[in-house]
Amino acid sequence: MTALPKTTDRKLGLVIDLDTCVGCHACVVSCKGWNTENYGAPLADIDAYGADPVGTFLNRVHSYEVTPVEGPAQTIHFPKSCLHCEDAPCVTVCPTGASYKRSEDGIVLVNESACIGCGLCAWACPYGAREMDGAAKVMKKCTLCIDRIYNENLPEIDRTPACVRTCPSGARHFGDFADPESNVSVLTRERGGMDLMPEQGTKPTNKYLPPRNKDALRSADPAAPVLRPVTDEPRGFLGWLDRALSAMPGGND
Amino acid sequence: MHPAPSVIIFTTLSGLGFGLIFWMGLGYPGVTGLTAFIFFTLAYLLAVGGLIASTFHLGHPERALKAFTQWRTSWLSREGWLSVITLILMAVYGAGLVFLATRWNWLGYIGAALSLATVYATSMIYCQLKTVPRWNHWSTPLMFLTFSVAGGALLAGQPRFALPLLAMAGLVQVYVWIDGDGRLNRSGHTIATATGLGRIGKVRAFEPPHTGTNYLMKEMVHVVGRRHASRLRAIALLAGFGAPIVLLTLPFGHIWAAVAILSHLIGVFASRWLFFAEAEHVVGLYYGKRRAA
Repeated sequence: MTALPKTTDRKLGLVIDLDTCVGCHACVVSCKGWNTENYGAPLADIDAYGADPVGTFLNRVHSYEVTPVEGPAQTIHFPKSCLHCEDAPCVTVCPTGASYKRSEDGIVLVNESACIGCGLCAWACPYGAREMDGAAKVMKKCTLCIDRIYNENLPEIDRTPACVRTCPSGARHFGDFADPESNVSVLTRERGGMDLMPEQGTKPTNKYLPPRNKDALRSADPAAPVLRPVTDEPRGFLGWLDRALSAMPGGND
Repeated sequence: MHPAPSVIIFTTLSGLGFGLIFWMGLGYPGVTGLTAFIFFTLAYLLAVGGLIASTFHLGHPERALKAFTQWRTSWLSREGWLSVITLILMAVYGAGLVFLATRWNWLGYIGAALSLATVYATSMIYCQLKTVPRWNHWSTPLMFLTFSVAGGALLAGQPRFALPLLAMAGLVQVYVWIDGDGRLNRSGHTIATATGLGRIGKVRAFEPPHTGTNYLMKEMVHVVGRRHASRLRAIALLAGFGAPIVLLTLPFGHIWAAVAILSHLIGVFASRWLFFAEAEHVVGLYYGKRRAA
């Protein structure tokens, strides 16, 4: 049934650190690679080498410019994938039961063999986390790399989602939010982890760490005394040139 | 939202078909035999034709029967059940009228109620979506129901019901547009709440995740044709409700009735196209395609 579980034993999810993400898109590429070669229908590219390429991705990185009231603008890179919401609206709208949220770990998954490709779950998601695959015509979404995190054939260090494993700046963290002492719970607590669009009432599991406050440039330039202009009026050759040009017709306009 | 033709055809024709079934169930017109057969054929062509059209946009229509399993949570599933139950019950009721010249009143009333329930379930597929503030409102089911009942009365040849209902549907339509236009703004969703970055300052989409388009942008960040919105609104209102009302007040003739029905159909198609094309999904905020914070 597409009824949501009342509680889940664990709450697996990601913490994404907007302070350290450098916008390299490595998570996008590793996600696409792993999820094309492993569990479920491959993530198709349509017209990949043509004029109008379009492809399926489970993780995309936006970039935003944020301008404070005072101080310079900042660029903030913003990876976005399924937030594995506690009140996942994508699950309850599904007419076939293909969409479900696991009671054991809270991961939201799609049973691709039951998906009719109606697209209603993608409409119900405020975050754009679900994409209909252009070739397989079934709904694709982040599985939290279910085929990695429980995969005992992989070395233990690799039993994290591909995006987390690959991130070169350590901006992505994987863990259990139900455990208050887990890495992700501690990070969320200490850094003020936030929900995206909380007013939608979806109760996302994934948390975003806001960028740390930037240090401000001192308002007085330390080099100012040294570089103070020595004169306001040009002298010498430049002074003569200035006077000569000013004397020409229209020179004082 | 992307105005997919299959979904526009589905909601328009099925709404009209179930509207006609509603009136047949109530005994308007009180016909039997061949005349009843013609009315029921028209109603079923519209209702079933619309339902079949709705499967055209599915990625895997061969699995459509699975959509009957999740009626406890999903409005789409409930709509499937209600439409099938209604169509089966009313086929029995119609057989009584056509072949036995017998009206099973109670069956007709139940079928009429189920017709309304079917249209209501269709509307709730859209109304339930918090992600589309324009639809997430009580006026969405009201609009679907008044359109269905008014169009059904028109098809059933019941001007005394059709006239007030068409006027009411037109008024509901105007309200839906006027109030709906501001609903995204009033919902409080902005690029600032979407990204959580509003606490730092003014947020602007700087660079999209990719240079091309994607499924989300095609499906939910649809902008094509909104510039024709005001003209299409005029067409929807005049063709859908204005012209049929005028035609119904003329002395009755089958030609005028047919023109009124065609005009109404064109108007409702235009209205339904706008229903999708003008609906803005909050995911557009992430792409900087909605109002700034």
